[in-house]
Amino acid sequence: MLIFIFLPIISVVLQSVHTPHENILITVENCDPFGCKKVTSIDHEATKNLNQSEPLGKFVGLDIYFDRGHLAIEKLKLIWKNSENIFSFIQSLSDLPFYKAVFFTLTFTFTVTPIMLLLGLLIALGVNSINKRLRGIVIFFSLLPMIVTPLIGSIILFWMIDSRGIIGNLIQWLFDDPNLSLKASTTLTWIMLIVYGVWHAIPFSFIVFYAGLQTVPKDQLESAKIDGANKFEEVIYIIIPHLMPLITFVTLMQLMDNFRVFEPIVGFSAEAHATSLSWIIFNDLGGETRQLSAAATSSILTIIGVIILLSPVLLRTWRDFKFKK
Amino acid sequence: MIKSNSNRFSILIYIFIIIWVFLASFPFFWTFWGSFKVELDFFSISNWYNAVTGKNTLDTYNSQFTGAGYEGAWVQEEFWKSFVNSAIVCFFVVLTSLTIGTLGAYALSRSNYKYTFWLLITALIFRAMPPITLVAGYLPPFFDWNIWGILPTTIIVLVSINQPFTLWMLHSFFQNIPKELDESAKVDGCSQFQAFRHVIIPVMWPGVITTGLFSFLLAYNDFAVTAMLLSDENRTMIPKIAAFLGTTYTEGNIMFAVAAVVSATVPLFILVMFFQKKIVSGLTQGAVKG
Repeated sequence: MLIFIFLPIISVVLQSVHTPHENILITVENCDPFGCKKVTSIDHEATKNLNQSEPLGKFVGLDIYFDRGHLAIEKLKLIWKNSENIFSFIQSLSDLPFYKAVFFTLTFTFTVTPIMLLLGLLIALGVNSINKRLRGIVIFFSLLPMIVTPLIGSIILFWMIDSRGIIGNLIQWLFDDPNLSLKASTTLTWIMLIVYGVWHAIPFSFIVFYAGLQTVPKDQLESAKIDGANKFEEVIYIIIPHLMPLITFVTLMQLMDNFRVFEPIVGFSAEAHATSLSWIIFNDLGGETRQLSAAATSSILTIIGVIILLSPVLLRTWRDFKFKK
Repeated sequence: MIKSNSNRFSILIYIFIIIWVFLASFPFFWTFWGSFKVELDFFSISNWYNAVTGKNTLDTYNSQFTGAGYEGAWVQEEFWKSFVNSAIVCFFVVLTSLTIGTLGAYALSRSNYKYTFWLLITALIFRAMPPITLVAGYLPPFFDWNIWGILPTTIIVLVSINQPFTLWMLHSFFQNIPKELDESAKVDGCSQFQAFRHVIIPVMWPGVITTGLFSFLLAYNDFAVTAMLLSDENRTMIPKIAAFLGTTYTEGNIMFAVAAVVSATVPLFILVMFFQKKIVSGLTQGAVKG
């Protein structure tokens, strides 16, 4: 297990500071009866030898991290100088592929998480107050969006949202615009992806909150009722504080899950308008060229992002652990 | 007055729940229904109602339902191969990770050293890291050893990515089995292994099944790893469907993809139907303890 977990990470780090060798060129003078020509060609022998002696490629240090595809330091300086205020700075920043992905990933993470927390809580409260027999069925259907493969779920929605699909038709009818297409505009694509993200994530928060609601102490609710609290006040002052640890847990899980958003982008074919960090890595890895070092660099940057995102939680767990000891 | 008020409130709740159930399940029923139609019906430009009645399907096949999409996907595009591949991958991932997981987690839960924290942290980090970040690391050695593109490699990778989580889940489960149980077995003259074999194994199934379900879901749903690590002919269902999307749009055979998507969803549907309680308890277990 250690081999399969830590070696890849080391390998990724190594790859991220190397770049493939350039082909070694040689110039040969070819002479024939009509005169002599200089021909530049690839010296396959030498290139092969070089590749064998240093299989990882040329060592370039942190160059890849700073190139245009990633952190783009040079560009960044240029944009910083040229832009008058912070808005135009962000505007031109989002033209760079890496920052574009970061923007989308962060927007996605920080919109989906609160919405799905709220809706999940509402549904859990609702289900908790309906007939016991119905609950099983409701839970069954609620599980579906989460259990189904993210790629498949997003493809299914994508087909319905297609301008010839049922939701697409409905939206065109609602806005009375037969040419309206959700795929064409960046904003609408983002909204579509976020709606999908919420749809996919609600079941998780719902199930966890629902289980939490079963443990809310009855006597507290009753005494609140005697004190004259209405339903709304009950939720705010008793149920939510009781669920607080669960809310933290769900938030943490969702932050992690949403940060690695990837499949919906493939499913919705939305890469023209929205890319995420995971998608950039996938894109570099796939295709004809397999730009391993570029992908490795993005991987490292993503891992750093995850660590930053999780660091408060990790610190707190560490402190709790020490305290327990 | 108060009574009618609370009645109205509960009606509101019912409406809200019905809307949610509708939102959650409608896409699946819609696609399932549509998968038996022709493309002109499923993507209807003229009238969305065609998809319900199947007007063009009736014209083409003399029936409101047609299995043409399924035939195209399973026979012509050889989706069955991917199905078999998926089955193999899932079976072995679940088997391997449970074998390592039960033995490892049992040992951890009975040892006195506090592994718990580190186990939790590793499980957490792996939950947080996109699996694709690791794939870049796997690729070059796999190319070198010429084991890229085959199923066993993918199974090993999926197992190792999944292992911290499996260990964590089983570990907390084994801690719930009282130590007195195997201690009393040892008093009766069992060795450590015999105690595990005769006392622990009979009572561990609920937890093992729950964990197995989650490893199954991981293996079944994975797209990033399988798409990168499997060659074209060894693809499992999910990357195959993604590949369908590229080719079928041009060929006008989008119904193949629809049929394939429905075929890939059906096993999950059945799974949820039979194991709903287990899935729910697995989801909440981590929450309550963590």
